[in-house]
Formats: sequence, structure tokens, C-alpha cells
Amino acid sequence: MNSFIFRNSEELLKLCKEHDSPIWEIMLRYEMQISSKKREPIMSKLLERLDVIFNGINASIEKPEVSPSKMAGESTAFLVKHINEFDKYADSLLLNEAAIRAMLGAIATGENNARMGVILAFPTAGAAGVLPGVMYGAKYKFSLSKKELINMMLTASAIGVIIANTATLSGAAGGCQAEVGSASAMAAAALTEVRGASPETTLQAAALALKNMIGLACDPIGGLVEVPCIKRNGIAAVFSMSASDMAFMGIKSFVPFDEVVRAMREVGDMMSPRIKETALGGLATTPTGQKVAKRMGLLKIGENPCTK
Amino acid sequence: MSPFSLFDIAGPIMVGPSSSHTAGAAKIGQFARAIFDGKPDEVHFLLHGSFGDVYKGHATDKALLGGIMQFPPNEPKIKKSFDIADEIGLKYKFTKGDLGSGFHPNSVKIRLRNEKREMSVIASSIGGGNIEINRINGFDIRLTGNSTDNFFTIIIENKNLPGMLAKSTGFLGQKGIRIVNMQSSYFAGDNKVLSVLSLEKELALDEIMELESKEGIVFVRALKKISR
Repeated sequence: MNSFIFRNSEELLKLCKEHDSPIWEIMLRYEMQISSKKREPIMSKLLERLDVIFNGINASIEKPEVSPSKMAGESTAFLVKHINEFDKYADSLLLNEAAIRAMLGAIATGENNARMGVILAFPTAGAAGVLPGVMYGAKYKFSLSKKELINMMLTASAIGVIIANTATLSGAAGGCQAEVGSASAMAAAALTEVRGASPETTLQAAALALKNMIGLACDPIGGLVEVPCIKRNGIAAVFSMSASDMAFMGIKSFVPFDEVVRAMREVGDMMSPRIKETALGGLATTPTGQKVAKRMGLLKIGENPCTK
Repeated sequence: MSPFSLFDIAGPIMVGPSSSHTAGAAKIGQFARAIFDGKPDEVHFLLHGSFGDVYKGHATDKALLGGIMQFPPNEPKIKKSFDIADEIGLKYKFTKGDLGSGFHPNSVKIRLRNEKREMSVIASSIGGGNIEINRINGFDIRLTGNSTDNFFTIIIENKNLPGMLAKSTGFLGQKGIRIVNMQSSYFAGDNKVLSVLSLEKELALDEIMELESKEGIVFVRALKKISR
């Protein structure tokens, strides 16, 4: 029997070539193999997840509400206002409507998460906005069907599998480069393949995205998944579009994807634990960050034990 | 290590905001309820480490209590856990505490009680919504949150008498049920032994009761599939 298991992008590309298939198809076969399930039950699980993504975005758009910490919940409305009358603002904004929509999809997802809405951790809760964002933007731009959006989820997941195998997707283990960085690589790949690019070009997009997220700290205020996470997801969605366009135009990453992933892991290992989701450094310990921690009764994590 | 699933990457579906502090907490509650078997009247949570420090901001308390009421991590009602518990007359209390240095920073000790029994469970949320059960009553065990994904898990507590394990495993053998994994732990405080067995086939309710009625066996619990 043919095996569809891959551990890195080299193996993935080999499978794509052997079967003359896009990455999303190999990812689907991979899942069929490891779960011993047929195509349909897997597709219906993906469809359920696709609905969670779009329902979450809509929930934030329809019912904006400030999060319990009062740090988040007000950005979605600004984006909605500009999307609703995009023609009016188009001349003064730098980004096109698809990019602003990507920002909206990502930030709406993050705000929905902060107010305890139902989300899809894709790949994690902290980085859950990037993929919904690019899917929301790309759906508008390319009039994508549900099937094509599911293909995006599959392409993205293949990249996620490779990163999880080689490095980590957890901010506590590898900093934000492992969360939003990985989500950006996944999103850039999904945006590239859904436009009909080859598996090679798709992996170039992933490499370009991840390479430029290396070193990103996980330093959320009060340890909450809000600041800087939510707006970072919004910017990362647009950033993923840049990486995808770069690859789509033919620009290559000088360092291949598998090597970038290993570099990301190495940098993660070198990072201080203070900037790995502990709220002991970076933005978390700024005067503003400390003030929130104090107000929320999160004193202990706002205090830096090393300065005592 | 088994390969990552598509749904490890595109998942879980969960109520925000945190996979470790919210989704994992709900799953711990679900497991504790399944191990307790039945509706508790009172539940006490001792929050250890980071769970104790930041539980309010992440709604760890609501998620744990929701799990005790059998809400899976994707149940929107988790947000209203306190109100729902009040409505059904489930008493709850949260205390910050220290379980000692041997436990993961995201750990909780849950004590459940009703008129029939009392039980305690210590569990940890180890990241990405994954959990581990570390102690049931006094017994040190290791049960992961995925234990119920592919196999049927049963928990047996028995008095520390000769031939007790043979009694349980023999019974399963007679029923034609294969055991794929097994661990046992002795607790001197009670002079009892607790075993966790993974089975290839589900044990029917009458079979559970038959096994439970055997001399020396204190209780048998079957953990149903618990959604991820």
C-alpha cells in the first residue's frame, strides 16, 4: 500500500510528485491513512470546522463586546465600518479590500476568543485568527467555494504537521514565532495553493512567511490571549498575503522550508522563558502591562521574580 | 510517537480564550465527572500553580465547573457555568493551593461528593487542550486525555488481597475482551489497589456490575469516549 505519511517538506513534495497531486490532496490521504477513515467523514469534520470559523467571525461582527479585561473587543467595529463603505475609504487606505477583510477576519476571531466565543484552535487558540483572516479575505477576492476553503485548511494543516514534527506550535515551548509564525506559514501556503500554484511555490510561500517571523516573543499582558495577540493575528494575516504574493510572483526563499523550521526551533530553544507565555518580560512587564495585571488581580505574573 | 492528525492542527473546536487554561480545564472536569460516575452535590477545586494564579482571566473556573456538568470544551454554555450550577443545585468552591513541586503548573485537585460517595482526582492541562489524570483518590496513575479515543478505559479499585488482578483480568478473558494496556497503583493509606485498563471492546453495563459484585472489588468505572 502507498503510504501518505510525510514528516517534512521534502517528503511531502516527493508524495506530491509521485501522485501528481496538490498538497491538500496528500494531506487528505494522510489523514485517511492514519485514521483509517474514508474521505467523507473527514470532509464533514472539516466542513463543521469551516462553519466554526465563519460563525466566529460573524459573531464578533454582529455583537461586538469588550472582553472582561477591557483590553480587547473594540477593533472589529473599526474594520467593519471601513469594509461597509470601502469605496469611500479606498483612496486613502494603502491596502486593498481583500487585505482589510483578512485583517477583519483575524481580529474578529481573536475578539470572539477573548470573550469566550467558540473558536477553532488552528493551530492554537492564540494564533487562531490568521487562517480565518486569510480565508475571509481570499473568499471575497477569488469568490472561493466551501470546497476551496476546505482545501485551504488542508494545505495549511500539511504545513502545520511539518512544523509540529520538527519544532513546536506552542508559545510556551517556542515563543510566538511557533504560534503566529507557524500560522502565517500555514496561511501563506494555503493562499498560494488555492490560486493554483505548484506545491513547490506553495512551500516557498511558507518558507518566506516563517523566515520573517523567527524570533517573535510570546509576551502577552497578564498572560491573557489578548494583547498583543489579537491585533498581531490581524497584521499576520496581511503579512501572509505578502509572503504568498511574493512566492506567486516567482520569488524564492534562499533557505528551504525544512531548514527554516529547524532554525525556528533553534531560536525557540535559545529564547528566555520570560518571553514564552509566562508574562514575565516584554510587553507584559511594560508599565501598561503591569497596570492591567494589577487591576486584574494577576499580580504574581506581572512581577518579575528576577528583579526582586 | 504516532503521527500528528489533521485535527491536531485544525482543532480542537473550543470555547476561548485558552487551549490549556479553558479547553483543557473543561476536559479535566469531564474526566473527573466520568470517574466519579453520577451527579455530585458538591465539588471543590484546589487550583495549583498557574491555574491558581491566572484562572479568573482565562475562565479556568467556569471551564472546570462546566466539565463537571459534562460540558465538552466546545460547549458555549461554559460561559454561564456558575448560573447553571446554581440552577441545578451543584455547590462549588475554588481555592488557590499548592499540590507540591511534583505537579505540572496547570494542575487542579478536584474533590467530588454526593450522598453516596466521595472521590478526589488530580489532573493537569499539559498544553494544546491535552490533559493527564495524575491521581485518583490516593492512587498515582497516568491517564492521558486521549486514552478514550481509541480504546475503552476502565478503572478498578480493589482491596489489597492475593489474586485480585487475576480475578479482574480473568473475568475480561472469559468475556473475550482483550486488554491492550494496564497500570496498577497501591495506596498504603487505604491498603487498596487501583488499576486502569485499556480494552479493545466496551464492557456492557451488566458486565461492569457483575465484575463490581465480586468479592474484594470496591468499584469499577467505565470511561466512555470523551470528546476532544
